[in-house]
Amino acid sequence: MPHDARRAAERAAREGYGRLLALLAARGGDLAAAEDALGDAFAAALAHWPRDGVPDRPEAWLLTAARRRLLDGHRRRATHSLAAPDLLRRAALPDDPATLPDHRLALLLACADPAVEPAARAPLMLQVVLGLEASRIASAFLVAPSAMAQRLVRAKRRLRDTGAAFALPGPEAITVRLPAVLPAVYAAYAAGAADPADGGALAGEALWLARLCAALAPKEPEATGLAALLLHLEARRPAGRDAAGNYVPLSAQDPARWDAARQAEAERLLRDAAALGRPGRHQWEAAVASAHAARRVTGRTDWAAVLTLYDALLAATGSPVVAVNRAVALAEVAGPQAGLAALEDAASDARLTAYQPLWAARAALAARAGRTAEAAAARQRAIGLATDPAVRRFLMEQR
Amino acid sequence: MQAMLMIHGDTARWNALSPEAVQGAMGAYMAYSESLRQAGIMRGGERLRPAPEAALVRVGADGAPQVLDGPYAETKEQLGGYFLIEVPDMDAAIQWAARCPGAAHGTVEVRPLWDSPG
Repeated sequence: MPHDARRAAERAAREGYGRLLALLAARGGDLAAAEDALGDAFAAALAHWPRDGVPDRPEAWLLTAARRRLLDGHRRRATHSLAAPDLLRRAALPDDPATLPDHRLALLLACADPAVEPAARAPLMLQVVLGLEASRIASAFLVAPSAMAQRLVRAKRRLRDTGAAFALPGPEAITVRLPAVLPAVYAAYAAGAADPADGGALAGEALWLARLCAALAPKEPEATGLAALLLHLEARRPAGRDAAGNYVPLSAQDPARWDAARQAEAERLLRDAAALGRPGRHQWEAAVASAHAARRVTGRTDWAAVLTLYDALLAATGSPVVAVNRAVALAEVAGPQAGLAALEDAASDARLTAYQPLWAARAALAARAGRTAEAAAARQRAIGLATDPAVRRFLMEQR
Repeated sequence: MQAMLMIHGDTARWNALSPEAVQGAMGAYMAYSESLRQAGIMRGGERLRPAPEAALVRVGADGAPQVLDGPYAETKEQLGGYFLIEVPDMDAAIQWAARCPGAAHGTVEVRPLWDSPG
């Protein structure tokens, strides 16, 4: 049945892409060549499976086919070099991926290698671990598709040329290198959450990456903390729009529209992370999200707790974005004047000149403080900087 | 670098908007222009009158002028206005294009300018 064969190929692609690519790259060290070979294998599957039936172990079939392509490529090049021992080593891999360790963590770590420019890390993960097209990734990151494709090619070439390791890392290597991976996963989620195409599919993919990190590095509380954070954000995301597609800010969201199952999973993960006794920025951010989620049960938000968490976050990161969020929490605890003063401090950071949430927060707090002219000017800036038409509309209706 | 953000929109859809909707759209454009100015990157920007008011001018190799009524292209979306901005790179230009209200009701074409010599 062709339809079933196509579905089987698609399922294998979704679940197995990163695992298969990691295995192929682990031996060759050349991501681009591994991608080409795997792409050929998927194309071959779509040609063969509808005719011959789906193999018992689709992933093993794909791995064998891809490895054959890679070997063909190496053989062609091997006429110019004495690569026979290398070829034999590659060919000695067992056929069934299930009998092999999961190399995807190595793949994720490679994507955050110092050889890869930071802005290319999240896009590279989405491509090599999940198999997403460069053009799809480009839209989410607001980059021209040709430029994104070039960046990805350059990143893979740099990885190959610097001989980046795709071997399975030891526990120390994970501890040292994971901190570069997590912000890239977070960036992938942020890009996905701002891009509601395909029902927010990209945000879902990034969440899957975070879960993968947590599952592959269970002793790293920040990995688990990030998964908890993204689960909380993803649980809330649908409530950010009403039935007519209008923007609904967090404070006005109906907790009944939050995804209770995702929130429960987030809470579980956050407890696991906390039990390891090494707090960090992702755990604190997850705890902030958790405090907001508690409104479902308590009917109110514990802003004093939120402020304490943002104090810790600000001290740890010095991030101007955290400073904005902290100012908003401060306004809830100490009044809008105090919040505005903190926002003015944050606004002096040149990196925030075009940061829309800063101006939206300023507009809201100034309005509450009765500073009408200031509120109108800030609202105007927030409208002018909005990308989301629903947010723009929401702000314009406040006038 | 400088980039031109060219706003292509469906004139018929624009004409069908209610007066309040037009006023809202104008307000959004005003806020956007203001944000470009505040960011210190605005180098110019104007709204064009409707494309059917255009005249098309060519002069043949023999020197014979030819003047036709517009629009230039028989497409639904027509160039309705532009912003000229000064940005570090194409990525930044695309970010600003995404904030342009025209991106929500039409298409914003981002075209980098040649560097002026000297």
